[in-house]
Amino acid sequence: MRRLITAAAFAVATIAHAENFALRGVTIHPISAAEMPNAVLVVTGDRIADFGPKAAIPKGHKVIEAKGLHIYPGMIDSASVLGLSEIGSVRETQDIAELGDFNPQLRTMVAVNPGSEHIPVSRANGITSSVVVPAGGFIGGQASIMHLDGWTWEEMTVSPSAAMQMRLPSQEATVTGRGLGTGRRPFAEVKRRYEEQMQQVRLFFEQARAYQARKANPVLGFKPELRLEAMIPVLEGKTPLMIVAAKERAIRDALAFAEREKVKLVLAGVREVDPFLEEIARKKIPVILPDLYQVPLEEDASIDEPLDLPAKLANAGIQFAFGSYNIERPRNLPFQAANAVGNGLSHDAAMKALTLGAAEIWGIADRLGSIDKGKFADFILTDGDPLEPKTQIRQMWILGKPVSLENRHTKLYEQYKKRL
Amino acid sequence: MNRRLFLSTLAFAPALPAAGETILIKNAKILTVTKGRIDGSLLIRDGKIAEIGATVMAPAGAVTVDAAGGFLMPGIVDCHAHVGADAINEGTISVSSMVRIEDVLAPDDIQIYRGLAAGVTTSNVLHGSANTIGGQCSVVKMRWGKTATQMVFAGAKPGIKFALGENVKRAGGGTNFSATLRYPATRMGVEDVVREAFNDARAYQRQRDEYQTRLAKGERVLPPRRDFKLEPLVEVLEGKRLVHAHCYRSDEILMLLRAAEEFGFKIRTLQHGLEAYKVAKEIAKHGAGVSTFSDSWSYKLEAYDAIPYNAALCMKAGVLTSLNTDAPVTQQRHLLQDAAKTQRYGQLTDDEALSLVTINPAKQLMIEDRVGSLEVGKDADIVLTDKHPLSLYAKVQKVFVDGEVYFDREQDIRERSLRSARRKALSEKLKPAPPPAQKKGAR
Repeated sequence: MRRLITAAAFAVATIAHAENFALRGVTIHPISAAEMPNAVLVVTGDRIADFGPKAAIPKGHKVIEAKGLHIYPGMIDSASVLGLSEIGSVRETQDIAELGDFNPQLRTMVAVNPGSEHIPVSRANGITSSVVVPAGGFIGGQASIMHLDGWTWEEMTVSPSAAMQMRLPSQEATVTGRGLGTGRRPFAEVKRRYEEQMQQVRLFFEQARAYQARKANPVLGFKPELRLEAMIPVLEGKTPLMIVAAKERAIRDALAFAEREKVKLVLAGVREVDPFLEEIARKKIPVILPDLYQVPLEEDASIDEPLDLPAKLANAGIQFAFGSYNIERPRNLPFQAANAVGNGLSHDAAMKALTLGAAEIWGIADRLGSIDKGKFADFILTDGDPLEPKTQIRQMWILGKPVSLENRHTKLYEQYKKRL
Repeated sequence: MNRRLFLSTLAFAPALPAAGETILIKNAKILTVTKGRIDGSLLIRDGKIAEIGATVMAPAGAVTVDAAGGFLMPGIVDCHAHVGADAINEGTISVSSMVRIEDVLAPDDIQIYRGLAAGVTTSNVLHGSANTIGGQCSVVKMRWGKTATQMVFAGAKPGIKFALGENVKRAGGGTNFSATLRYPATRMGVEDVVREAFNDARAYQRQRDEYQTRLAKGERVLPPRRDFKLEPLVEVLEGKRLVHAHCYRSDEILMLLRAAEEFGFKIRTLQHGLEAYKVAKEIAKHGAGVSTFSDSWSYKLEAYDAIPYNAALCMKAGVLTSLNTDAPVTQQRHLLQDAAKTQRYGQLTDDEALSLVTINPAKQLMIEDRVGSLEVGKDADIVLTDKHPLSLYAKVQKVFVDGEVYFDREQDIRERSLRSARRKALSEKLKPAPPPAQKKGAR
């Protein structure tokens, strides 16, 4: 087994609480600019104060030598259920999907369990923030952006409402689940249900618009309705509608729906996207990739599907980011990005989609996503390329505070190593 | 799309070496896994590895394949998959040792081609985990395009699936099965099912032995009634059939080892064994192997203490360890990546990491004299990658099984346009014909 290189690790381990500091001798990968070897990164409070080969270290800043190591911005998971799910098969631990078809008033942040074991496990591979997305009915609720550190969900929240999650009625006759079972419903039945449900969805948006108008000119006795109130930022184009759509028909519906309702759209989980590449690029619609650890969608699909999807989107000029969806996946986000590189995406584009690109999509690029002056000090220190498993992540900072990479798994590892 | 139609579209172009040809792969970085790295050439003759060296002379008539500086590694062995089988679970009863995966092998399952394209050349196709003693498994070579019979790894020792824990306890065998209650419903009951079954098997064995003894003495005796359920269990008792036991928690792992010891047989592999690291000492002492996931966890309660360091810890304890996919639960196309992950979780060396998906599973299946490493005399099951196979940036370029090219990336890419053209042509045919032209006014 390879020997651990511990020099830098114990140097940084000496910081017990937030204090001003500077890392020296590091290669900085700002993402917003070309990499800078042998540079200095200065952190004051929760922000990046300065960086570069000649950045001056202000008095009172603790200096950490980290020669030969690399600094990257913390990664952003653009579609997760982190904190909403603990154990897949145990219903009591699931807070992802509420009952009912239309729940725009729900916000994930209030249900994020800061004590979830999945949070430190995800951090260990370089994820510092996560867009936590609900999933029930047609409108599941609002996705909140959370820092993966904090004593409470309030401390963790970066943005309470980054997107409104939505899934349009399905026209699929084949229902496939994880594992081995597949079921089919008659198409005529599927079609009839689909049309009824589409009618309900359109009606809901009409109700929301009517409410918006009532609210603008309230009559005596006007009573706010939380459900419809929550739709106003969507109707005003301030909060994007994040529509999850994998197959061709679903993507076509999502594009048509956003066009009809004149709302801002983020497409999530797309698979059969080929016919729409030009349209998505032209309309500048951002895309959140599906979980890339899925089998090709059709039996005759390419063996590279969906691993080749990121390169396809990049070549079409579409902005995209990575999402984990499944509670087991967040820590695999950098590895999925590596798979994308193995299937034609440039390394720079992969890193950008994990960091700055995601921040741009979610409207938080003023604070997150790159190593830039004035941004949150959210970054990782590694001994190499963070997308390759051989690399070790040495340390993480969120809001300028060193965050432990210890987790349930490292603890059990250390505990049972003693028993060998 | 119809499987057979798909099969036909993937027929190989004549540009590639034909079956049985002598092939020299040159200009390669050869990762033997067992004998270090050799930069040079590898010669395939009669489907076997004939020579490996810095320079190998091409015999007359040999076809030369230029690896262009790429890497050669042994074909990947997946010790736990459900690819190429039309049925997985006979979950209606607690002991279904009479059923055989070999009877339901489906050589046109697209998962075989996909696995092959990721470098998997051998799979242990297992019965499911719906019951305590499942069916007989089948070791296959991923000979895509061949018949079910031709896929079977001839000479591989037969095996049988056992299963413990949550899947077995679920009434009726799981959500996909009938809701009828079925014993066992606890881990205590699971132990009992194992012990009862081997108690029966032992009695049956004695009866058979006694019959043979008396027959040998020249006595006229009736043979015992054949029992297809107990026969494979007797084979387990006699060490002729390998037990691959699905398990999660350390308590049930220990329970199974002790139950096996009570009846005098060995557990060959603990499948998944996500808490194996907690009882690695006991497992090593029993002599069982562990075949685990790289980093799956928390999908059920018994997977909550699963850690991605499991493989590394088991290996350190001296347990013969491998990584598997349980495909389609996880995918064979990520098995190399799973091996690479042990370099983050446990800092394994390249050879250690690669051994988890090559020589170690081959040893677990007792086929290591045939596959699992690049050594002279072994089957020419070889994977060519463009970059180091433990880099996630690497792509599998060619896969040889028995010295024959079964996957070629360039060819696959060429055939994609052909496939989509055929798909388009077929979907055109599905469109309803335009209604016949109607005369104006005729309603």
